[in-house]
Amino acid sequence: MTRKQRRFTFIAVAVGVLALAIGLVLFALRDSVAFFRSPSDVAEKKVRPGERFRLGGLVETGSVDKSGGQTVGFTISDGKAVVRVSYTGLLPDLFREGQGVVTEGALLADGSFKADTVLAKHDETYMPREVADALKKQGVWKDGVKKEEAKK
Amino acid sequence: MSIEIGHFALILALVVSLFQMLMPQLGLRRRDAQMMQLADRAALVQFLLIGLSFACLTTAYLTSDFSVRNVFENSHSLKPMIYKFSGVWGNHEGSLLLWVLILALSGAAVAAFGQGMPQRLRTNVLSVQASISVAFLLFILLTSNPFERLVPVPLEGRDLNPILQDIGLAIHPPLLYVGYVGLSIAFSFAVAALLDGRVDAAWAKFARPWILGAWLFLTLGISMGSYWAYYELGWGGWWFWDPVENASLMPWLAATALIHSAVVMEKRGALKVWTILLAILAFSLSLLGTFIVRSGVLTSVHSFASDPARGVVILFILCLFIGGSLALFAWRAPQLQQGGLFAPVSREGALVFNNLFLCTSCLAVFVGTLYPLALEAWDGSKISVGPPFFNAVFIPLVLPLVLAMPFGQQLAWKRGDLAAVTQRLLIAIGIAIAAMIIMALMQGEKGVMAPIGVGIGLFAIVGSMSEIVTRAGRGGAGSFVRRALGLPISAWGSAIAHAGVGLTVLGVAATAYEIEHIANLKAGETVRLGAYELVLNKLEQRQGPNYRDLVAVFDVRRGGVVEATLEPAKRVYTARQMPTTEVARHTHHFGQLYIALGESSDTGQVPVRAYWKPFILFIWLGSVLMALGGGLSLSERRIRVGAPVPAKSVPVKSLRA
Repeated sequence: MTRKQRRFTFIAVAVGVLALAIGLVLFALRDSVAFFRSPSDVAEKKVRPGERFRLGGLVETGSVDKSGGQTVGFTISDGKAVVRVSYTGLLPDLFREGQGVVTEGALLADGSFKADTVLAKHDETYMPREVADALKKQGVWKDGVKKEEAKK
Repeated sequence: MSIEIGHFALILALVVSLFQMLMPQLGLRRRDAQMMQLADRAALVQFLLIGLSFACLTTAYLTSDFSVRNVFENSHSLKPMIYKFSGVWGNHEGSLLLWVLILALSGAAVAAFGQGMPQRLRTNVLSVQASISVAFLLFILLTSNPFERLVPVPLEGRDLNPILQDIGLAIHPPLLYVGYVGLSIAFSFAVAALLDGRVDAAWAKFARPWILGAWLFLTLGISMGSYWAYYELGWGGWWFWDPVENASLMPWLAATALIHSAVVMEKRGALKVWTILLAILAFSLSLLGTFIVRSGVLTSVHSFASDPARGVVILFILCLFIGGSLALFAWRAPQLQQGGLFAPVSREGALVFNNLFLCTSCLAVFVGTLYPLALEAWDGSKISVGPPFFNAVFIPLVLPLVLAMPFGQQLAWKRGDLAAVTQRLLIAIGIAIAAMIIMALMQGEKGVMAPIGVGIGLFAIVGSMSEIVTRAGRGGAGSFVRRALGLPISAWGSAIAHAGVGLTVLGVAATAYEIEHIANLKAGETVRLGAYELVLNKLEQRQGPNYRDLVAVFDVRRGGVVEATLEPAKRVYTARQMPTTEVARHTHHFGQLYIALGESSDTGQVPVRAYWKPFILFIWLGSVLMALGGGLSLSERRIRVGAPVPAKSVPVKSLRA
């Protein structure tokens, strides 16, 4: 093989692998990415039933219903709108009423949300950034709340 | 009092590292050997000072001195001693102190064991290393000081986050940090070579042990973290493609590429510029990882409450070092002597293939991890990129690499013979195909990926070890063992490390065959799980030193015989009133039975999630083998750090003259 051919082989293989990777990335980014929505977005009909997305907000106090055996129902609110959520499985340790939560799943035809994942967190004082932003947008967020929580 | 000493020592360390950064550069300008040698002593002094500072903070933790804010926020007088100790790095400030301690330790190690290196190189390395110290010491002292006092002094601390009170989390951060920060040495070597404008095969010889060491610890650290998440969080998963996990995977992929390209550079004098760039990128990715973990810009399941203001400072340090080193690279790299080209089918060619795939997969992880951030800055929409994306992109990029691995290992330098190598791998290929067919026939509905994964995993294990067999196999059977043991340690090192990769792939593929069962159970009820029967004997309350447990006692039966008693629990830590899940596991033939409890309701029922995970331990055993292989290569005398200098590189004396 001449020097030119060798160089060509290496460049061709490198370009091939990169093209493969770019193809995979573009393909996967179109199909397997979930947008974050707040209950207000859902109320404004921004989401179609069946589309996968992340729903986040505060778990409304008194809304958790464990009577359904494996399936738990609760309501997520951002201060303006609410969405009823059902989830089958074990809830994470730090799932509490009145606290922030992020779930992933899709809307059913009746307008309720079926979650297959409830994101856990490691720390009581941690508030998912998306939830904080969604609450700020609705004007419900108070910096004081966070500080009081931190002082506990 | 000791707290003030610690604080003062840290300030002194900053002064010393400023000195260590500037003086040697002046010495290099003036060709003053004594001034250059100051770098060695400064590196040792810097390490001792930061060590003293760390010891002071540790003392405050061990004696529960709640007048220190950091101790008050993260410790409790009733906490077991081991967790008082590990609590030192279980928080932002303390973990950064550990970060700079390891940084200083690496610098001191170069000064102490790198005496065989050319002095110009060592001096430059230590000077660059000190510049990183300066940045991070300033960061700690100005924004994250662990030595702040608290008035009035509280009587009791707020306790460490309960899920961090675990032996896995006592070990995981130090291991991971040694890996992360150890890559700083590779970075300093690269920048030193660029400053000097000279790089040769000897550079790779001196840099390789440090890269290998950092890689080894990074491997163990990631694997330990994954194992911790598996047994502590109670979700049954071991890798979630979470930003914080990706933050450690990216430097690992880059470092893995780096140890392979450095071999080509040392053996054949090629890929010089590429290796330098890779060394810069690997450490840049660890800085990026530190930024992602410490700033909380990306929503992660492993996030702790974080302070965005500090994130901005880390981002600034990040830009300074990455931008600075890349600018230096762009300026100096064209002046570096280029290595030659080589035949595509050869050991060198295979290692280029390895680098290509590792870097591409690293790039894919990078895109997936940072894409949400870019999109939000672009049009404000918030998205999450999760496991579906990474599985779709990462797996197709990694499987060809694992498949090519045994071939590359057996190809000769300069000119390889692919047909001959394939012939030697026939047994491995046969085993892999047979296993694939058997798995596909047995479990038809599991999809195609699981049998393929099992086949490729087995092929990698058998193929990697077959190099040893071929090399020892010439001659009679009696001398086989003697020959095998007589092979160079590096041959064993690479065979074992590569077999470890195969073992991990096998363990990952086996997760497709796991069985899961969720049920609400009362005392006396039974659940069937594959070959096992789980009987819930009773539920009982127990009291621990700083927590309360609700324990479910299970009898684990297999074929009617009680094989084990498992006691998963729901635990509430009294200081923070925080609940955690305590998983119980039973190991059988590298597989594990895994039981986690949910929150019990008033009805006397408790939700139970049980798994049977066949061969799950292979995932972590594989990474232990990888690290073991790295350790073997490291122990080989040829590349040992203190090995005598070959006659060729004696610029030390010529410099002094």
